Amino acid sequence: MSMPDEHTVRAEVRAWLAEHWHPEQDLVEWRGILADSGWGMPHWPRAWYGRGLPVAMSAVVDEEFDAIEAVGVARIGIRLLAGATLLEHGSEAHKRRFLRPILTGEDTWCQLFSEPGSGSDLAGATTRAERDGDDWRINGQKVWTTSAHHAEWGLLLARTDWDAPKHQGLSCFVIDMRQPGVEVQPLKQMNGYASFNQVFFTDAVVPAENRLGEIGDGWKIAMTTLAHERRGADALRRWGQAPARAGRIYDQLRAEIASVLEPYKWYPQRAGRVDLALPRARETGRIADPAVRQELARLLMLSSAAEWLARRARAAHELGRPQGPEGSLGKLAGSEVARQAARVHTLVSDAEALLAGRDGPHDGTIAEILLSVPATSIAGGTDEIQRNIIAERVLDLPREPRLDGGPFRDVPRNPERGR
Amino acid sequence: MRFSFSDEQEQFRAVVRRFLDDHAPPSAARACMASALGHDEAVWARLADDLGASGIHLDEAHGGQGFGQAELGIIMEEMGRALLCAPYFGSAVLAAGMLRHGATVAEQAELLPPLASGARRAALAWVEDAGRWDAAGITLAAGRDGAAWRLDGRKRFVVDGLCADDLLVLARVDGALALFLVAGDARGLARRALEVIDPTRRLAEVDFTATPARRLGADVDVDAGFARLFDEALVALAGETIGGARRLHAEAVEYARLRMQFGRPIGSFQAIKHQLADRLLDIELAAAAVNHAAAALDENDPAVSAFAAQAKAMASEAGMAMAACAIQVHGGIGFTWDHDTHLWYKRAKSSEVLLGTPAWHRERYLAALEANA
Repeated sequence: MSMPDEHTVRAEVRAWLAEHWHPEQDLVEWRGILADSGWGMPHWPRAWYGRGLPVAMSAVVDEEFDAIEAVGVARIGIRLLAGATLLEHGSEAHKRRFLRPILTGEDTWCQLFSEPGSGSDLAGATTRAERDGDDWRINGQKVWTTSAHHAEWGLLLARTDWDAPKHQGLSCFVIDMRQPGVEVQPLKQMNGYASFNQVFFTDAVVPAENRLGEIGDGWKIAMTTLAHERRGADALRRWGQAPARAGRIYDQLRAEIASVLEPYKWYPQRAGRVDLALPRARETGRIADPAVRQELARLLMLSSAAEWLARRARAAHELGRPQGPEGSLGKLAGSEVARQAARVHTLVSDAEALLAGRDGPHDGTIAEILLSVPATSIAGGTDEIQRNIIAERVLDLPREPRLDGGPFRDVPRNPERGR
Repeated sequence: MRFSFSDEQEQFRAVVRRFLDDHAPPSAARACMASALGHDEAVWARLADDLGASGIHLDEAHGGQGFGQAELGIIMEEMGRALLCAPYFGSAVLAAGMLRHGATVAEQAELLPPLASGARRAALAWVEDAGRWDAAGITLAAGRDGAAWRLDGRKRFVVDGLCADDLLVLARVDGALALFLVAGDARGLARRALEVIDPTRRLAEVDFTATPARRLGADVDVDAGFARLFDEALVALAGETIGGARRLHAEAVEYARLRMQFGRPIGSFQAIKHQLADRLLDIELAAAAVNHAAAALDENDPAVSAFAAQAKAMASEAGMAMAACAIQVHGGIGFTWDHDTHLWYKRAKSSEVLLGTPAWHRERYLAALEANA
């Protein structure tokens, strides 16, 4: 099948938008029309709300949307990961039931993978799913769950077989979050925010038809979700802003974005706010201190080089070359940038670095940087795990001998936590 | 801005690598280290004949190949990887570069072709007793004998200065920088090899006593020319450092795979593999900075001095950290004379200091950013 060229795609989407788009319609209604047309997710298959176009052509479609500030389908937050996972591993029935309300933004999703006892070692999950007639009964605890407090649905990784080896005893489920057996509690972090939740399952119920993939496929499916998670930050940057325009649909979009972004509002501080380093050094006069200048230069060099490294990875990818080590190295570079930024902000703020909130420099932003940066080298895979990945998959160094083979039942693990 | 090498550039790299694998193995570096000259004349000749290496970045009109800083960077990186001992940096990069940016068109047409072909070698003398690498360190004032010029004073840290046929000397005339050509056999010229920590790169001390000199580039802004040359030299040296670091990294990884202790390869211990992952990150970040600076040079980016300083600082630190790590991973054997790692360690150390330490370049970088803002 020959792919339509850019010109044709542009003309088609332009004509479609001219006919259907206007900013006074209801957000969900518009997205319904958009999802059904396939122009909302042009790189998805035609059968499922897409047009089967190459990913590169999606950018062309986006440009046409941007040109007239037309609103797209819901693409930020966990729903994006859930959508991609369902598209790849869901049954016909799952896709029919779940995909459309994901794209319209009607349904909010959360990801139920991490547990108090399994952080880096995600496959060590001990939340159990047990058969109960035609249903599954869920018991256990998840943690670091974004959006769980207003999610309709959760993507759940749970253990279905304790006699199988660790990675093979897991299965994936879609769980209804609005049921008595599911209790959501906010989890307060060291920087004072409570952006995530803990989720407790006590005999929560999942009907048989809401199992995703085969029994024992949970790890493979979770890997798909996590692969998409790495693109989540890009999506946030790309779609995390509404046009500053009047119109009913824009008001609704702004409200949706505010709700989705709420947990992420300290994320720029978590990354170190390199953009503030030089202006702050000038503002405080500490730029005259040779010791500060050295650390500041280190920071700006590191951060720009990390950006070029990332662009080099993308350029190589576009030339069709296999991805080099750059992708795996990016996260580690980000941690180093964040740590160095915190060091610089401390030096530059001097005594003021003691102060937070309204007494702190930049209305507490500097304090927020200093108290948020430790998350960077943990969230989304610790620095130590990143180094293992680089060493084992890029450098081909031998793996550490493991003690978690054989039936999972016999693998040493953390004691179960009480409530 | 270019972020990736083209297929042609990668093919060129493969050709250079094959040549150096054949002609510049570590045993050759050891032989050069022990020799009075410091390099192998047969390899120098083939470098010119087989690769046209010395003219890669020079204009075709001057016998060069007309490529840019990116291709020069590829050659430098491969030479660093092989630890080639040759007056390439001193003659092709420093001296030829200074002629390009500091001599008149007619002088370039006269003096560049023999450097491009490798038939003659020149060295650039600018650093003095103070050991400052920038123009502020150049205080030697040229003297006049009627229409003729003469030099009195001393230059130090002259890269490949002993084997050079000619010396290019930066001195001052009425306070401004001026470029002079001094024949290797000029009267009143005394050259002495400095004892160095890195015998793979030779440095000389040069004394001038009423030495006759020919002034070049009389109508050229030599201050600006030297500034440009210095940026080019920083990026080229940074590229060389990356090449050495990549080699040491690959060898340390290989050793960590094979070396058994406590019943397992030492590369299976996180204490080892995490160091190697961190060093790879340093190297890749520095390489990205070097590539960016090379592209900025080729595109005449006005912010190029900041990028060149960044490339030098990052490559120097990555190179030195890798050299130290390579010895650490090898353990005791890595500290022995017979093991090759120390050859690259010494080069990494000399490259860290040559043209200015990382700390000095961080200061230059920040000052350049402030000036551009």
